[in-house]
Amino acid sequence: MNLVHFFWQNRDQIMELTLEHLWLVGISTVLAVLVGIPLGVLSAHWPVWNKPVLGTANIIQTIPSLALFGFLLPVPWLGDRADRLAILALTLYALLPVIRNTYTGIRGVDPAVVEAGRGMGLTDGQLLFQVELPLAVSVILSGVRVAVVVSVGLATIAAAIGAGGLGEFIFRGLAMVNNQLILAGAIPAAVLALSADFGLGWLEKRLRPL
Amino acid sequence: MGTDSTDGPVIEFRDVAYLLPNGQPLLSGLNLRVQRGETLVLLGRSGSGKTTTLKLINRLLTPRSGDVFVNSASTFKSDVIRLRRSIGYVIQDVGLFPHYTVERNIGLVPRIEGWPAPRIQQRVEELLQMVGLEPQLGSRYPHQLSGGQRQRVGVARALAADPAILLMDEPFGALDAITRDQLQREFLSLQQRLNKTVVFVTHDLREALRLGSRIALMEAGRLVTVLSPTEFLQSTDPLATAYVQAFGDRLDSVANRGGS
Repeated sequence: MNLVHFFWQNRDQIMELTLEHLWLVGISTVLAVLVGIPLGVLSAHWPVWNKPVLGTANIIQTIPSLALFGFLLPVPWLGDRADRLAILALTLYALLPVIRNTYTGIRGVDPAVVEAGRGMGLTDGQLLFQVELPLAVSVILSGVRVAVVVSVGLATIAAAIGAGGLGEFIFRGLAMVNNQLILAGAIPAAVLALSADFGLGWLEKRLRPL
Repeated sequence: MGTDSTDGPVIEFRDVAYLLPNGQPLLSGLNLRVQRGETLVLLGRSGSGKTTTLKLINRLLTPRSGDVFVNSASTFKSDVIRLRRSIGYVIQDVGLFPHYTVERNIGLVPRIEGWPAPRIQQRVEELLQMVGLEPQLGSRYPHQLSGGQRQRVGVARALAADPAILLMDEPFGALDAITRDQLQREFLSLQQRLNKTVVFVTHDLREALRLGSRIALMEAGRLVTVLSPTEFLQSTDPLATAYVQAFGDRLDSVANRGGS
């Protein structure tokens, strides 16, 4: 009951940091989708791009997050504000699942459907937007879902460079050896991750082509 | 497209060769003319180059050398999107868009060609009837149809914008014998009414004899001979006789002797 009391007392700050957290995850996810889907389409349509694109995204994934934040710190415009830096790092991590699932989703479209579409005189754009993307959408969305869930967790580390978010509680709690503080960061983060997972999972099922 | 010379061939291959990207030749020295209103069957084994030949007509493939002419215009110089929209295309796996209803599938080319909605609707109903499907099937999705119904929709879709040319790549190959027989019969009666120029790919001699006005026999990337169904049965060409033997007797009864 202690914990509930603590949460209630600090509800304003928990709310504020949760919103900050959501902002970091939300913006970076949108950016990752805007960059990742075109890259996924590119590597699905032109096999030459497949290896460099997926390879790079893979390598980024292997860089430890704290180290990536550190690397980016001296970059001029980025280093000015911690949230910019955090958003860029989170975007980079979110790219791989988005690119990979876009690639898989588009490659998974029945070749007969693509051939029929091409044979009927659809342009490349019509084929992409009316056939390939709609048929791949649930696979792409499941990549976005992975990206979001991972980002919610990763964003807690952004507090280490002063970007805010629920990580603030966790780092403060670690420094002060205060479990209540740690939980004040960890529990809302877990709730965020689970709701994002559930919500996007639901959407993914709704959009699955017949 | 281009000039409309009524007597000239609708489709003409002039010395066409096609190579795979790795340099392996799939087709060489192909010369072939398809006349208006005929059903030309490309007959051959898998790998003989018949599907390649078909795809050169709507430029899903581009020849390495030589040229293919449709209505006397070089397909190499034509706008490929316009060319394809003026040619109906039916394939064995049908390739219906799984996320579209039957109606939307059939109305696809009219829609991207910008027909007004009521006209598309009317055309779709007309086509459903033409291929022998109930009007209420229009709101179904492809996965809710049987194989035979799917291929009927495939044919309706290819006919939607009323193309003068129809390319059919083993359209009935994946169907059971009874459905195939039925669709072949309907194809013949449809063809009598519509009088399209059809290029039809099959490896089934029986189907070729039944549907074709002429049969182009292909083997290993070459055109061996072009014969009418009756000529084919009497041919002394070793490959033609091998086909006739492989398919057994009583082929006589199926041979297409009709005008179209």
